[in-house]
Amino acid sequence: MGIQLLLEKSKVENIRLYDVYRREGGYRSVEKALKMSPDDIVEEVKKSGLRGRGGAGFPTGMKWSFLAKPEGVPRHLVCNADESEPGTFKDRYLMEFLPHLLIEGLIVSSYALGSNATYIYIRGEYAWIPDILEQAIAEAKANGWLGKNILGTGFDCEIYVQRGAGAYICGEETALIESLEGKRGNPRIKPPFPAIQGLWMRPTVVNNVETLAAVVPIINMGGDEYAKIGVGKSTGTKLLSVCGNVNKPGVYEIDMTISVEEFIYSDAYCGGIPNGKKLKACIPGGSSVPILPANLLLKTAKGETRMMNYESLADGGFATGSMMGSGGFIVLDESQCIVRHTMSLARFYNHESCGQCSPCREGTGWMYKILKNIEYGHGKMSDIDLLWDVQRKIEGNTICPLGDAAAWPVAAAIRHFRDEFEWHINNPVEAQTRNYGLAHYADPIHVPTV
Amino acid sequence: MSEQIKVTIDNITVAVAPGTTILQAARQIGGEVTPPAMCYYSKLEGSGGKCRTCLVEVSKGSEKDPRPMPKLVASCRTPVSDGMEVKNITSPKVLDARAGIVEMLLINHPLDCPVCDQAGECHLQDLSYEHGASGTRYEFDRRTFEKEDIGPYIQLHMNRCILCYRCVYTADQLTGKREHGVLDRGDHAAISTCIGKALDNDFIGNVIDVCPVGALTDKTFRFKNRVWFTKPVDAHRDCPTCSGKTRLWMRGDEVYRVTARKDKWGEVEEWICNTCRFDKKQASDWTIEGPSKIDRHSVIAQGHYEGVLKPQNFLPEVIGRNPKLLMNIHDVSGVNKNDIELSKLNGPAHSSDFDKK
Repeated sequence: MGIQLLLEKSKVENIRLYDVYRREGGYRSVEKALKMSPDDIVEEVKKSGLRGRGGAGFPTGMKWSFLAKPEGVPRHLVCNADESEPGTFKDRYLMEFLPHLLIEGLIVSSYALGSNATYIYIRGEYAWIPDILEQAIAEAKANGWLGKNILGTGFDCEIYVQRGAGAYICGEETALIESLEGKRGNPRIKPPFPAIQGLWMRPTVVNNVETLAAVVPIINMGGDEYAKIGVGKSTGTKLLSVCGNVNKPGVYEIDMTISVEEFIYSDAYCGGIPNGKKLKACIPGGSSVPILPANLLLKTAKGETRMMNYESLADGGFATGSMMGSGGFIVLDESQCIVRHTMSLARFYNHESCGQCSPCREGTGWMYKILKNIEYGHGKMSDIDLLWDVQRKIEGNTICPLGDAAAWPVAAAIRHFRDEFEWHINNPVEAQTRNYGLAHYADPIHVPTV
Repeated sequence: MSEQIKVTIDNITVAVAPGTTILQAARQIGGEVTPPAMCYYSKLEGSGGKCRTCLVEVSKGSEKDPRPMPKLVASCRTPVSDGMEVKNITSPKVLDARAGIVEMLLINHPLDCPVCDQAGECHLQDLSYEHGASGTRYEFDRRTFEKEDIGPYIQLHMNRCILCYRCVYTADQLTGKREHGVLDRGDHAAISTCIGKALDNDFIGNVIDVCPVGALTDKTFRFKNRVWFTKPVDAHRDCPTCSGKTRLWMRGDEVYRVTARKDKWGEVEEWICNTCRFDKKQASDWTIEGPSKIDRHSVIAQGHYEGVLKPQNFLPEVIGRNPKLLMNIHDVSGVNKNDIELSKLNGPAHSSDFDKK
């Protein structure tokens, strides 16, 4: 195991309770931060090189510095806990087991941004977590970390928890803001960006749970120290939620210096593929990023070892690379069917499209229907090209990134697994009974027999 | 107009006020340069950006920051900046994307134009005629909804809807309270009143005018006539609620339909009230001003083109004398004579010319 900054204390018994958390050194960052000026905190976060952990990987410090600060207008910080991406469940782990870490990060960030009313917008399906958070907020308030005049600095801050109602699209920041305002969760058309006009037309910063939690170690250890962890522009640690065909699915914290191969096969992390099967493909960053076959996952197109960090995973662009995304690591072994897998993702995006702009509303449904045809043995060879064309027409032409998120998995599946699609179409009956198997997406690794 | 900034669209430069959107700048130029707009409505705040038919390529951001924008942008919601260069019909990328969007707008559209009241003045018809393909690649069942009566005057055909949200904004901004919106999401999203509640507001009839397709239809006009058979005339009446300036769609002396007057972008000039629209269907209710000027882009302009020369205006120039078109030939057999060559006759042919021989 590498360095642990976020999950270090997660195994301590009753860490969810304030007293235990405080005894383990919690809320130190608030004490430290409230002695600094808000701009210094933003500067520290900038120095740390922290990148948004929600998926896009935009530098957090820069995002904070874009926040407009007009005189007399309140500003808001919103914590995006609407973690609905299939395969991603890192924020849930963080909120469920370390609620005070998030609250601590929120207080520091609110102070840095001048937000007196901070919101946590949490996914509706996480039905039990708001209670945990609300309890943590109540405890923090009772101990003077929240409310009026925190630590005698004159800074007021309240944190409110708002439940979502079950929409993936509300994880998009402007849709989240609309939903928080009590409206239909349709993404807004940008510009204006939330940093200028966000929640109730006030300057707003929306950050992921993990990003805000990472502010705590940054303040504790200093931005420069934090930046030393990791490689290049991938600084600090990243939570990954692993699911699929691995021996040890779960949430892992990595310091972005290990290789993908090590991450999948080492016992400290995923522990390899169960039942002696071979790796076929993997989605490294949540369902919306491009899927990669095993040979491209472990080695980049240039033959370098692929590392678990932002740059290396994106190496080769979408042609031979993928994205770090939100950290939902989905592993598929040789017994998985890529067509079926792509179909179920397309169904998800079809179901979750908000229906506001036409390419996404109509295109996602179209892609799902074509994929359904192929999967159930009614496909035609021309369907593959049609599918490619439809995804191409969606990508980049929509209001929000959901259109891209719907198009990328389909595009990547066709790009890398076209022969599997063709096999499905040519052998409709056989495809119902067996899988295409590993084919040439060969796993170049010798798999140790467990 | 204090300060004017320059923007170049398809190599045509135009000076506009700061804060103008690309679409509005293109409308100032007019013609083919103007991107089509299905959801944007200049009179409705917050409209636009949804249909994506107005996507354009910004090849140069501005004078200060000449980087091109990475994606195609919705011209209806993107403000221009000084020195911006925009490509609309000169960009193959834009045309390709637009063709894709037209196709996607049509995959769930029932294409029931032969029985649709909007046919002839439908923006989706125009759009697909100009930018769409002749066939569809969609092989699946189209999504369907039940027809719904929303209020005493309006019927909603959700099948035809392209979810432009114009009617939602109209009802929101024109009438006192929010009465209808969008239920559900994705491709099964539907315009609906609050669970079947009737729309009975005084100005709600305007949602029919803003609808770019035939999703909201006037129940007093449904299946009465095709729009291109009716002649539009401008008329007004002394109305206590609205301006009373309307357009009547007449056939003979009968008023088939009353709508608001629309400009050449298909946008309502002045909103009218329900009384004018639905109740005043007698020619005697109105003071008729004269035939409406209809832009020649659609089939509703059929038979009343503006600016077309009539034969009597240009024939003298062509044939070098005034035409004498009066003829007294009553019977074909009378002129069916091989030995008389018509081209040799001087002036118009009279029956006497044939009797001579």
